[in-house]
Amino acid sequence: MTTVSTTRQELDYAGSERLTMNMGPQHPSAHGVFRAILQLEGETVVGVDAVIGYLHRCHEKLAETLTYAQYPSIASKTDYVAAMTSEFAYVMAAETIGKIEVPKRAQYLRVITSELQRVASHLLWLGTWCLDMGGALGGGATIFLYCIREREDILDLFESLVGARLLYGFYQVGGVRYDIPDGWATKCRETVDLIDQRINEYQRMLEENPFFLVRTQGVGVISRELAEDVGISGPLLRGSGVAYDLRRATPYSSYEDFEFNIPVETAGDCFARYRVRMVEFRESLRIVRQALDKLPEGPISSRPGLKSVAQTRIPKGETYARIEGARGEVGCYLIADGSAKPYRMKWRGASFSNLAVLPHVIPGHKVADVVAIMGSVDPVFGEVDR
Amino acid sequence: MMEALTPFIAPFIVMNAVLGIVTYVTLLERKFAARMQSRIGPYRVGPHGLLQPIADAIKLMMKEDVVPTAADRPIYNLAPIVFVLPCMFIFATIPFAPGLGVADLNIGVLFFLAVSSMEIVGLFMAGWGSNNKYALLSAMRAVNQVISYDLPFIFAALTPVLLAGSLKLSDIAAAQAGGAWFIFYPVIGQLAFIAFIVSTVAAENRAPFDILEAESELVAGFRVEYSGMKFALIQLGEYAHIIGSSFLGALLFLGAWAGPGPEWLDPIWFLTKAMFMFLVVTWVRWSFVRIRVDQILALSWKALLPFTLLLLIATAIVVVWRGPGV
Repeated sequence: MTTVSTTRQELDYAGSERLTMNMGPQHPSAHGVFRAILQLEGETVVGVDAVIGYLHRCHEKLAETLTYAQYPSIASKTDYVAAMTSEFAYVMAAETIGKIEVPKRAQYLRVITSELQRVASHLLWLGTWCLDMGGALGGGATIFLYCIREREDILDLFESLVGARLLYGFYQVGGVRYDIPDGWATKCRETVDLIDQRINEYQRMLEENPFFLVRTQGVGVISRELAEDVGISGPLLRGSGVAYDLRRATPYSSYEDFEFNIPVETAGDCFARYRVRMVEFRESLRIVRQALDKLPEGPISSRPGLKSVAQTRIPKGETYARIEGARGEVGCYLIADGSAKPYRMKWRGASFSNLAVLPHVIPGHKVADVVAIMGSVDPVFGEVDR
Repeated sequence: MMEALTPFIAPFIVMNAVLGIVTYVTLLERKFAARMQSRIGPYRVGPHGLLQPIADAIKLMMKEDVVPTAADRPIYNLAPIVFVLPCMFIFATIPFAPGLGVADLNIGVLFFLAVSSMEIVGLFMAGWGSNNKYALLSAMRAVNQVISYDLPFIFAALTPVLLAGSLKLSDIAAAQAGGAWFIFYPVIGQLAFIAFIVSTVAAENRAPFDILEAESELVAGFRVEYSGMKFALIQLGEYAHIIGSSFLGALLFLGAWAGPGPEWLDPIWFLTKAMFMFLVVTWVRWSFVRIRVDQILALSWKALLPFTLLLLIATAIVVVWRGPGV
């Protein structure tokens, strides 16, 4: 029988007034299981040690054991908040190696779903970020519940399209799995209009709120140099003054057919990242509208009538496919050996690379800013740890 | 016989009334917040969730009382009581209708302000005794904040005192008889009311000034290690403090029990006005994001404190010039 030791640990204050505090892995503001070991001097953070790996699920090894037809549904579990984008990167890599054509209609459907997914992901980000700053028992919860309400509408659209609400398996090598049902386009337009209007409400609610401004402006500044050195991508990079978006830089899946702007802010603080995402909401909705207008007739897959999961074979070769996800560059490095399963697969998660900026930015800020900065980075730990 | 028992019966009635109000005010807040957030709120327990507070109370009583091994036991166990007592004492001086109250002291406002700032002792004991880093940080923030906001709170509350020319709460209420509420006093009344609302929100540790609870940073702040009835006592104390401040605000600015109708409606009018004050605070709570500790202190010392001090001096000049009363 063991006895619990009741001797007290004497705190060592000799020569140091620093307090080591664990934020996470279980913490109300952690967007998943992230552990930050903070060194505090009073309220000020002087050092941060980021610990990740609590959600590692061997995704890359798993991909070697699953066929090209099976893995897309699993790929959606890497970034479960924007599940469409990881599937997209995976099938795009397989299509590049196999030189598989994707019909125009399938390309447009991919654009519609991934842009709707971006809006849904940004809505969740806005809600949880305000929740971090405003508290679950405060104004943050109000914004959060509003955002969830709108995200629900998008998930309803996905549900009527795919049958699933969170993890879809909608993309497959050579096209998409389902065509849009009757009346879906009309419902989609209504939802898009509604969200467009609601985004304006949120923007007014937040930007006319001085407390929100003092919490975000000048907080967590990522300079352009730091952004480029660390290799962050997505809204973070654009918030630091770099106009780089893969949809424009290396257009894929017919993105060149649509008109949209790439928002760029130069301040590099939390507010700049917020502004970038607020514009991205509108731009994504704009792309969805255009894609619905121009949606061509035709097949939705170049490889119809799949009889068995092993039927899709990809010839020998390797490639790196990348797309612009909601959080930045989602990349998939794939080596095919001619069989029905990949030989090796490697993910480049946007959240993982974006998270690397935290230790450079957080020191010097107050404890309350840590959650604001972490929220503005918008990490999804499924994608960080994979 | 009755005369001799009054000092015992009156506090008993008031305390139970306060407990009842506090219990049901949580439901009011949850319903109100739910409306703001386009939800329904508690609905399952009883018709429209009316029995929810009772279910919550039973749940809290049945919870296991966990004491951390490393906690400083005497301090840890005493803290909720030390916290809840001043929050209950503040009701002692409030007259709920003419002649209906525990003790209408001639220094009523002073007693209220002095006792309500005593809660910081229990709060710091809870933060220290838990031997938890989050709780300690929260207790540190609490001391910063409560000290910074008690001064503007006192200055804002003293404005009606100057206008009425008395510290006795029933005199202040009587000075506003006939609809001459101090909130309607030109310029000074409105400014003092705003300052009072801001500093009560801060002194009550409610969002956007709830940095000591700050669950996204400090999990639950000073009460992170408390469970069961000890947690319930802390919750009770907080809400009692809020209700007490709402009654004080309604008395100082909204004419206390003055209202149309027969005399027996007086306490109901007072309660309605206090609930109005409570809902204003709740409305603020559920619409703003929290601000940072340094920003809170800056707001108090650089803006609110000089502002309320100047307001108090201006009020004093006006009162000397025009004489007390509206």
